[in-house]
Amino acid sequence: MSERPVVQAVGLVRSFGGRRAVDGVSFTLHAGDCLALFGPNGAGKTTLLRLVAGLLAPGEGTVHVGGVSLRQGAAARGQVGLVSHASMLYGALTVRENVELAARLYGLPDPSAAARAALALMRVDDRADQPARTLSRGLQQRVSIARAMVHAPRLLLCDEPYTGLDDAGSAALTEVLTERREAGAALLLVTHNLTEGLALATQAAIMRRGRFVRHEARELLDARSYQSQYRELAAVHD
Amino acid sequence: MTDVGIATPPGTLAAAWLVARKDLAIEFRTRTAFLSALVFALLGVTIFYFAWDATAVAAADLAPGVLWVIFTFAGLLGLQRSFGSELADRAIDGLLGAPISREAIYLGKALANLVFVSGILAVTIPAVVLFYNLPFGPGIGALAGIAALAAIGLVAVGTLFSAMTVNTRMAELLLPMLSLPFFVPIVMGAAQSSARLMAGRPIAEAWPWLRILVAFDIVFVTACTLAFPYTLDE
Amino acid sequence: MTSASEPTAPSILRPRRDPLLGVAIVGIALLYVRALAFTPIEARQGAAQKILYIHATSAIVGLYVAFGLMAVASLLYLWLKDAKLDRVAESAAEVGLVYTTAVLVTGPLWGKTIWGAWWTWDARLTSTLFLWFIIVGYLLLRGAVEEPGRRARYSAVLGILASLLVPFIHLSVYLFRTLHPMPIVLKPSAPSMPPEMQTTFFAGLLAFILLFAALLRTRYRLATLRDLVADRDQEHR
Repeated sequence: MSERPVVQAVGLVRSFGGRRAVDGVSFTLHAGDCLALFGPNGAGKTTLLRLVAGLLAPGEGTVHVGGVSLRQGAAARGQVGLVSHASMLYGALTVRENVELAARLYGLPDPSAAARAALALMRVDDRADQPARTLSRGLQQRVSIARAMVHAPRLLLCDEPYTGLDDAGSAALTEVLTERREAGAALLLVTHNLTEGLALATQAAIMRRGRFVRHEARELLDARSYQSQYRELAAVHD
Repeated sequence: MTDVGIATPPGTLAAAWLVARKDLAIEFRTRTAFLSALVFALLGVTIFYFAWDATAVAAADLAPGVLWVIFTFAGLLGLQRSFGSELADRAIDGLLGAPISREAIYLGKALANLVFVSGILAVTIPAVVLFYNLPFGPGIGALAGIAALAAIGLVAVGTLFSAMTVNTRMAELLLPMLSLPFFVPIVMGAAQSSARLMAGRPIAEAWPWLRILVAFDIVFVTACTLAFPYTLDE
Repeated sequence: MTSASEPTAPSILRPRRDPLLGVAIVGIALLYVRALAFTPIEARQGAAQKILYIHATSAIVGLYVAFGLMAVASLLYLWLKDAKLDRVAESAAEVGLVYTTAVLVTGPLWGKTIWGAWWTWDARLTSTLFLWFIIVGYLLLRGAVEEPGRRARYSAVLGILASLLVPFIHLSVYLFRTLHPMPIVLKPSAPSMPPEMQTTFFAGLLAFILLFAALLRTRYRLATLRDLVADRDQEHR
């Protein structure tokens, strides 16, 4: 495909104090791509996600989303949706209010309809008028995902999104992620679960100490040998 | 979800309004912070009355000082909660990841704090007028204007420091410690000008103090809006 | 970790005595001698007036030099993001605190002697008091933030805002009250001090600026060493 990539990260570096959390990472995703990112704790996966989401500025390197650099201003972030470890919800507001707020912040023309649709897709619409803090962790996770997708982002960044989800929630999430990919979005999926990750992936990478130590197309991989290789790579860790 | 229409990210003022509305909605749900600050203000005003020798100093002369000092402390109570809701569950990331400017977040929060502080003033000022036997004259109207100027200055500086202190140790102590020196020109300006205006003095006497208040507001609203992005971990 | 992989230690690690500090101390000593033995006693206030040479000079250095340096370093830090600038700001603030404290101690001593009251809320001393609070707040903020990058940013923001605040404090306090002896040195038309006093005064200013520079340099070295250790700890985590 010669169309413009959804996201292009080049030479990303980010340090905290003396330590390089992300040490030269580059990747490109086109429409329909899904990069499954594996790696041990502390490898820098969350930092990388935050860099691509525009929550952190890189010390070096650039991120272009839909051809627009994140450095250029706020608008480029409008194409990105982030599901992170924390729910990013306001506990005192209702589920609906949380998602509608996101819809408004992204400038959707009909925020309430978009919110309703997103909540329905993640199967939490029956809880729409409850305060977010009264929901269980798993349901909050579903709302968090709905919130991340309400504006139909072209780039979805997910940090272990399956955590805490029950079977119904996981099924809803997989459905939604697949639908998004078919609609032309790209996904960056950080996960510890190799099976889930490889199931959705078109690319797979292993991150260690701020770098991609392996990065290849999914079709070149055999799931079983990848699993044992991953354990080896992930275990050697100081 | 596939067709959500064309998204046009809100401009700075519109986004600020969304943030302010959200903060006020959260505050309105629980109301504890507002009611606590309000009760604190009323209690403070009352207690002060008994801390002076009523035969030596007329209550009406004490009133401006009491009002504006209590105003700063009650305001601080309100400012403390300003960024608290953003920290739990990292809700601030939702705002930072959205296509809105950082300044909009600051302005929205400051606006919500302004409404909060104005609400407290709306009850405290009448209470002071009542308890301290202030004469009903044109000075009372001026009080509202001075209150607006003082509130804007308080909220501009306080919101910024609230953003900085919220993720430090000893946040509850650090916020007043940092803010109070900045509140000094506000308290002096407000107290001195309202004292003169309520004593029926010509406005020319209060004017130098009002000028300080106005200049303070202009300088610090601008400076704090510009400084806010630097308080974010980016 | 062995030092095999480390480059030769930077020059800052080599212990060294700072000649500037010696010069400054000698300068202060000479100032004392000059002020006490070789400068005439002022008619109205008597010998107590000589405290001016410490009080006013410290005030000028503390306010203009220390605070100004802190403010400029803060502004430059936000622009250039160089950690050195943050260390300069931090050092200037601490040394400035020392000078400001000196002003607040010598002021009442002087006041008690010539006016009979320890504290009179006069404009200049009150402004200095607020400046003292501001610097303490700055240092407390630094103490409360652990992550070095965030600490530097927060301090820089506070430093800049504080420097914007200072004129407002001056204005408010001046408007409120003025009791301080009228400025007798820096009047544009003609200073009202006789030449010997002027010389002592400017000599004092020079001595205290030298002392400030020496203390600043030492404090800056300390900050650099501390950050070096902290970075090394981070890397080996």
